[in-house]
Amino acid sequence: MSNLVYMANQIARNLAPQGEATAVDQTAQHIRDFWDPRMKAAILANGEGLDPLAKAAVEQLRGG
Amino acid sequence: MGYVPQDDFGTPSVQSATTVTLTIDGRPVTVPEGTSVMRAAAECGGAIPKLCATDSLQSFGSCRLCLVEVEGMRGTPASCTTPVAPGMVVHTQTPRLEKLRRGVMELYISDHPLDCLTCSANNDCELQDAAAQVGLRDVRYGYAGENHLAAPTDVSNPYFDFDASKCIVCSRCVRACEEVQGTFALTIDGRGFGSKVSAGQATDDFLSSECVSCGACVAACPTATLNEKAVAEIGKPERAVVTTCAYCGVGCTFRAEMKGEQLVRMVPWKDGKANHGHSCVKGRFAWGYANHQDRILAPMIRESIEEPWREVSWGEALRYTADRLNAIKAQYGARALGGITSSRCTNEEAYLVQKLVRAGFGSNNVDTCARVCHSPTGYGLKTTFGTSAGTQDFDSVMDSDVILVIGANPTDAHPVFASQMKRRLRQGAKLIVIDPRRIDLVRSPHVQAEHHLALQPGTNVAVLTAMAHVIVTEGLADEAYIRERCDWDEYQDWARFVTDERHSPEVLQAVTRVPAADLRAAARLYATGGNAAIYYGLGVTEHSQGSSTVMAIANLAMVTGNVGRRGVGVNPLRGQNNVQGSCDMGSFPHELSGYRHISDGETRALFEADWGVALDPEPGLRIPNMLDAAVEGSFRALYVQGEDILQSDPNTHHVAAGLAAMDLVIVHDLFLNETANYAHVFLPGSTFLEKNGTFTNAERRIQLVRKVMEPANGYEDWEVTQELAKAMGLGWDYAHPAEIMAEIARLTPSFAGVSHERLDREGSLQWPVNEAHPDGSPIMHVDGFVRGKGKFVVTDYVPTDEKTGPRFPLLLTTGRILSQYNVGAQTRRTANTVWHEEDVLEIHPTDAENRGLVTGDIVRLASRVGDTTLRALVTDRVAPGVVYTTFHHPDTQANVVTTEYSDWATNCPEYKVTAVQVSPSNGPSDWQKDYTAQATHSRRIVAAEPAE
Repeated sequence: MSNLVYMANQIARNLAPQGEATAVDQTAQHIRDFWDPRMKAAILANGEGLDPLAKAAVEQLRGG
Repeated sequence: MGYVPQDDFGTPSVQSATTVTLTIDGRPVTVPEGTSVMRAAAECGGAIPKLCATDSLQSFGSCRLCLVEVEGMRGTPASCTTPVAPGMVVHTQTPRLEKLRRGVMELYISDHPLDCLTCSANNDCELQDAAAQVGLRDVRYGYAGENHLAAPTDVSNPYFDFDASKCIVCSRCVRACEEVQGTFALTIDGRGFGSKVSAGQATDDFLSSECVSCGACVAACPTATLNEKAVAEIGKPERAVVTTCAYCGVGCTFRAEMKGEQLVRMVPWKDGKANHGHSCVKGRFAWGYANHQDRILAPMIRESIEEPWREVSWGEALRYTADRLNAIKAQYGARALGGITSSRCTNEEAYLVQKLVRAGFGSNNVDTCARVCHSPTGYGLKTTFGTSAGTQDFDSVMDSDVILVIGANPTDAHPVFASQMKRRLRQGAKLIVIDPRRIDLVRSPHVQAEHHLALQPGTNVAVLTAMAHVIVTEGLADEAYIRERCDWDEYQDWARFVTDERHSPEVLQAVTRVPAADLRAAARLYATGGNAAIYYGLGVTEHSQGSSTVMAIANLAMVTGNVGRRGVGVNPLRGQNNVQGSCDMGSFPHELSGYRHISDGETRALFEADWGVALDPEPGLRIPNMLDAAVEGSFRALYVQGEDILQSDPNTHHVAAGLAAMDLVIVHDLFLNETANYAHVFLPGSTFLEKNGTFTNAERRIQLVRKVMEPANGYEDWEVTQELAKAMGLGWDYAHPAEIMAEIARLTPSFAGVSHERLDREGSLQWPVNEAHPDGSPIMHVDGFVRGKGKFVVTDYVPTDEKTGPRFPLLLTTGRILSQYNVGAQTRRTANTVWHEEDVLEIHPTDAENRGLVTGDIVRLASRVGDTTLRALVTDRVAPGVVYTTFHHPDTQANVVTTEYSDWATNCPEYKVTAVQVSPSNGPSDWQKDYTAQATHSRRIVAAEPAE
């Protein structure tokens, strides 16, 4: 698992108590707000190992 | 200004809404009720002779020199212990008083050396002044009687001497140790003529006693009995400049007392609003690093880290650096460059570095050492309250009834504030400590915590959620406050969450190791004990759930209605002198000054218009991301001002790999620090004594840093950054840091009313200072939260992925101690090493016995990422299964052992939880040997060839 995937999973895991939909939105927003473009590009390119919440958040990022 | 001692009104000021008018020597005087006659006289310009009185201490009434006559009152009362009364008529100078005072002085002087001309306090001695005041011309008793003139001098302390022969036993030192510092290390031993000041037990000297060398006794001493060695060596200062300390986040102000260009001593400034005339061993005495022989004063460059350093001119160094930066930018793009601002440098300097990165390098790859300390505070408090800062001023603690300290060790890391906190605790406030270690506050003279919750490291969120469970389920929530100030729906969601039985103390004690009954009692006390304030430090933030813990703290404060007035609040104890300020100045990669996100077009447009450049709207890299990107090859150049990431950041091997992968590392510092082993350019820095600017302390207090001597390296740090910007083609032209602050104020709403001129006039300002808060904001969120409604955030306990197991069965937690400061770059180069010359590993007796270890043994400390060796200290201060060390010494390098696990929201490293094993060792580890060799190799310097 890459470091970025670990980070995304960790963010999602900590936001999970907010409820699934909110956690996905907030995880995606967190990555938008705090990750450098190359980090965003990297996780969009390779999200292997992402947990379901983090994966949904990354997909949301992919959609813009 | 010339040398003028600080005013001394004899007794402390009194706060009272009621005033009293009396007559002193024929003059009407109006003062607050409760003021002493001595102070009333001093405030109207009179000077009643005194020896045992000083305005930092409660009146004592022992020296009998300050006697006065009061019409209608029998005898001659001591003016220090006599409060004013309406209509009182006081005479301070009468023949009767003159005779009495002269008689008292005769007794003092009959047992005092008559060596004034060679005394270190000559012309700066209250005994000398008092003798002159009373007109002493003769001592009728002679000098041949029994006396103390042969009493020995205790020279054990590295910074001050105790010359017992000059002691008049006024008890000011003893009282200062008690009242000001709260250590109670000094006492008066013996009785009558045999009375003498004693440090610790009879067999102790000052060094071996419990004295913490805060200097309060030295400041209080009216004679040369307790005097700085520097004064004895250099002589009396001839001028004084008020400036701000460059150590911790308390932000003490000092008078730098100078003789020519030489600093004689740092004396805490009585008018300092953060320290009120108190100090600690670091700020008071540990400034010798400023002139240490290790300091590098000439710029140096090298093509490769394998080469020795080559001294060059400033011009060559700046041209070389700018050319390399521009070349790397041209080849790899702007996002390949970045910088790190320093929490030890001024606001103006941090602002310029982030401006250089954003406007010059063209990226947002700027970060600061807050990344590894209080970045979760910024995230957590901004999310819940709406602003990234503590809610109170320090003085607020004097209105607290309950003080909850979690993950902080104020007596070691914030000692001057700890003294104030201990004063409040001695007055009766209740204390709750949540910490894996038995920190000094848990039990020290006249202070005893009601509850010490010695939790398992890494379980802060579980403990705080369990406290919330108790408060909500037992009906202790302040619903009226919540309905008025917080989002009610979010509160209800949160309350439902914490009410769940799985968050009860009984269920969670299996995880936290905190007995449920103790936790319930602590929660009840916090919720019902009156004004309750929370103080926290890096034991909260440096965890994988650091941000969650900050939000859990905010939840507790809101649910009990403890935000928005004096005596309450959420108070992060900031580590470094300007960590608050460096964060305020836009040092994070995602936000501009004033905590405004870089993606916000309106804010960005403001800066773009002012700076004349387009800004990258995307967030930049954090420090750990920079290192990752360097290893991957997309990050190539780093400008580091006043920060030693190789020693301070986790997993030293990875930091080294990241630095080694870069094409250009620029270190701008006082010393060839550990990071400089991987640098290609070294730009000499200036000390806080050599620059102008401002620091912002933990209570958001902005204070001036004033230059007291010229920079030994030739330039203040902001000038170096400016010259580098110019060399890169930027048209900067700041003539003084005041102009930089004017720009900050122009672009930062919370600093809108701040200027150097105003700070000079008013002493300090606490942000926000703007139209809504023209005089600043000692207390935040008074009329409501900055974000509107306070936000309750559900914080579930998520265990760290750093697990103990058979190979690594112990948990390591790291911290710092009183005498050393962070990576020790400053304090290791002072006499403070006498108290801590090496890092040691605290280990519980049971764990030590299981490994056959005794105190003093060299042990190997190993984790999954690395190992080092250090000496063991067997102590039950730590719980079984927990070990503790500091990270002050590079030859130990505790961060070889710490991992890269970090806070989920901010990447603040999880320094406080590392699974380790401890075993006997017979010498340095292979890493230590290799590192020493590499550092020695890297620090070779070839001197500049002399000009022809």
